[in-house]
Amino acid sequence: MFQLFSVKNTINFLRHAAPISILSMVLVVASFGSLAIKGINWGLDFTGGTVVEVEFSKPVDLNELRGKLTSVETNGAVVQNFGSSRDILVRLPVVADVKSDVQASAVMAAAQSIDESVIQKRVEFVGPQVGKELSEQGGLAVIVALICILIYVSFRFEWRLAAGSVAALAHDVIVTLGIFSFFQLEFDLTVLAGLLTVVGYSLNDTIVVYDRIRENFLKIRKGTPEEVVNQSITQTMSRTVITTGTTLIVVAALFLKGGTMIHGFATALLCGIFVGTYSSIYVASYLAIKLGINREHMMPVEIEKEGADQPSMMP
Amino acid sequence: MLNKYPMWKNLMVILIIAIGGFYAIPNLFGEDHAVQVVATRGAEVTASTQATVTDLLESKGIAVKRSELENGQLLVRVSNADQQLLAKEAIADGLGDKFTVALNLAPATPQWLEALGGSPMKLGLDLRGGVHFLMEVDMGEAIRKMEEAKIADFRSQLREEGIRYAGVRKTPRGIEVKFRDAETVAKAERFLKTRSNDMVYTDGSSGDDHVLVAQMSDVYLKQIKEEALQQNITTIRNRVNELGVAEPVVQRQGAERIIVELPGVQDTARAKEILGATASIEFRMVDDKADPAAAANGRVSAASEVYQRRGGGIAVLQKQVMLTGDHITGAQPTFDEYSRPQVAINLDAKGGSIFSNVTKDNIGKPMATLFIEYKDSGVRNPDGSVKMTKIEEVISVATIQARLGRNFVITGLEHKEAQSLALLLRAGALIAPVTIVEERTIGPSLGAENIENGMQAMIFGLAIVLVFMLIYYRAFGFIANLALLANLVMVVGVMSMIPGAVLTLPGIAGMVLTVGMAVDGNVLIYERIREELLAGRSVQQAIHEGYANAFSTIADANITTFMTALILFAVGTGAVKGFAVTLMIGIATSMFTAIVGTRSIVNALWGGKRLKTLSI
Repeated sequence: MFQLFSVKNTINFLRHAAPISILSMVLVVASFGSLAIKGINWGLDFTGGTVVEVEFSKPVDLNELRGKLTSVETNGAVVQNFGSSRDILVRLPVVADVKSDVQASAVMAAAQSIDESVIQKRVEFVGPQVGKELSEQGGLAVIVALICILIYVSFRFEWRLAAGSVAALAHDVIVTLGIFSFFQLEFDLTVLAGLLTVVGYSLNDTIVVYDRIRENFLKIRKGTPEEVVNQSITQTMSRTVITTGTTLIVVAALFLKGGTMIHGFATALLCGIFVGTYSSIYVASYLAIKLGINREHMMPVEIEKEGADQPSMMP
Repeated sequence: MLNKYPMWKNLMVILIIAIGGFYAIPNLFGEDHAVQVVATRGAEVTASTQATVTDLLESKGIAVKRSELENGQLLVRVSNADQQLLAKEAIADGLGDKFTVALNLAPATPQWLEALGGSPMKLGLDLRGGVHFLMEVDMGEAIRKMEEAKIADFRSQLREEGIRYAGVRKTPRGIEVKFRDAETVAKAERFLKTRSNDMVYTDGSSGDDHVLVAQMSDVYLKQIKEEALQQNITTIRNRVNELGVAEPVVQRQGAERIIVELPGVQDTARAKEILGATASIEFRMVDDKADPAAAANGRVSAASEVYQRRGGGIAVLQKQVMLTGDHITGAQPTFDEYSRPQVAINLDAKGGSIFSNVTKDNIGKPMATLFIEYKDSGVRNPDGSVKMTKIEEVISVATIQARLGRNFVITGLEHKEAQSLALLLRAGALIAPVTIVEERTIGPSLGAENIENGMQAMIFGLAIVLVFMLIYYRAFGFIANLALLANLVMVVGVMSMIPGAVLTLPGIAGMVLTVGMAVDGNVLIYERIREELLAGRSVQQAIHEGYANAFSTIADANITTFMTALILFAVGTGAVKGFAVTLMIGIATSMFTAIVGTRSIVNALWGGKRLKTLSI
């Protein structure tokens, strides 16, 4: 039996918790700062407008295409490469009094003047009111998700732990948003899906640690809460490293091979997995300790320890 | 005995995985190139059509793989894309214009599998190309129409009852009916309450103004909106069928939106024209008492309106609508004895009886056909919605010669107009105009590229994870890998089984993620077993404790992830929903395979045996 992460003695994770949690706070504040100053580079799904994706038969100079997109219909066009130097994405904002298909055909006309055999791969038009609804719904989804989790964890564990997990999740969401804002990465629907998956993943991680904390509080009669938490984190570290590793591998595969349309999704997950793993220790567990979690809080909770061999487990 | 599953439990595991695997099989067969034949213009696809088509193709030397007649449409499978095109042309030429012939791809699932309910996963538009529209119904217009109908009702009801009123009109407060004195107001209120109880009446009198205000009740408003949406969905569905698109999706979203998905369609302009055209007709009596000179200046009685006539001139029509296009069941372009184009109309029973009553009472009087069309003006409102212009034109004025029944003709049209009016009437009029608020077109090449990319990512990620697990956990890693593969097969199987589930690009991402996260369950268990072994437990004890202790952790972790997926599903649209569905299915199946599935293998291999060491 060989182990990637072999630990004989308990690691004192919480020794550095205070400075690291300050770093976390700085990150959160910086994220808020970036969100306030730079804002989010909302994608088409949220802003409304028209997107045209075209494929040229040979590499094309973006500036040449930009130069051709100067008519009223194509005012404010954003031109960027999309995957390769032959694939180009043109984003057009909603222009009053101009129809979206007029915009799309103006883009195609400009593209054809550069390369006759250009192919129109995708056209999307989203009305601004749909976009507005979406961003409201998206924000609502994240908040509802957090509340549901708060209720579930309070019910299954204890309110201090629930507060810790929700703080960790909010932290992950804010920092990931901050990263998207700072680097001005496009935030579209798939990124929102990615963000919610981060919530799920990070929670997964937190729950695994919490579960062990609860178990250890009941099992270890001596020792301060810090010692119990340290021991729990150490014991679950091996699993955390492996699961994070395998998930990172597949998400990296998505990022590299999944194609440009789910790039945003993969990016959100890549950030979220890092942030989420670390926050389950330095935000979730640390906050629970700061809130004064101790052995007595764990006593009244009903725990289903058995189950692996109980008939009730069968679907 | 420790670590022994009873026989039924093992059988259950095998059965569940086998069912999942069975329903995943149809995905292996790919698709056949096919030609789809749908009837239009009152024709019908029957067994004889099928025979004709088979003969047609045989004479051209095109081999038919399979030909199916189902739900009034014919699907002919051929062996490749070239033959498909040839077949389409041959059938279209041979059958004439009473049928729509379209290219299609049909799942090549063998018939015995199909008979057992097996069908492959349905692919979303982002994976196979096509057009997606999100349409919004103009509820304001639907309500306005109902208000107009109410105003006409009030007039005729009050007249019938002999209650004298000074005027009925629409105001911001609601529909206002003016009376001479307060007594009549009270009388009218009592009477109208019994006749139109879907309105809320209030006495809006002030000073010498004796006014009864009628407003639509909330329940009635909701009902109008619901009906407008339902009717528009039916109409759009009819029109999509006329377009001859294979496997179209027409479904409601929320209170006033409709989603339309047309796989394989690339010509969006044509699709939009047909879907969005809101043409309707109304039959109204001509106000023959109107003074032509005054009418030219727009001065007519309160019960009449001035309309433009097609080809110049004006016509004064009564406001009251005798019959609307809603009652039309059939419409065909035909020619009269002088070869002038006309449209032959069939009405439903209710429309027929209304029409026969009205025409009986008005023999010798002129009746007008008013053509109403809403067109996208190309201009947007400040909120971004598309402004619609309403075009109203009198297309014919004819003197009623005799009592008309359920079948009659409309004349006074150009040839092309007669054809398009017939098409629109046949497909039903949209009760309220619709605007396209979202439109996505995905080229077929992009769809194929998306699938390829997604699959590559999945295989790449999966391969690394499988190798890692095998090296790290050895025999147990091998079992976990089996569980992982079984899990993927089950996700595909369940996706194929659920009728509404559609695989989208984010859905593939969801599956990839399932691969990454599904190993978590096994990692938790295996790490626990290792810990127990290190703590000096016996092998059997360690296995037992490992599974038992990890269970509550796995359950808690998965339930919370499931909750976020559920929320995603509830608020998400199209693509995000697709992701949420695969994630939810993945969580459910991975819990099963990781906990119960691997346990039954572990138990069968090592359970109850005296072992010193374990390959973990």
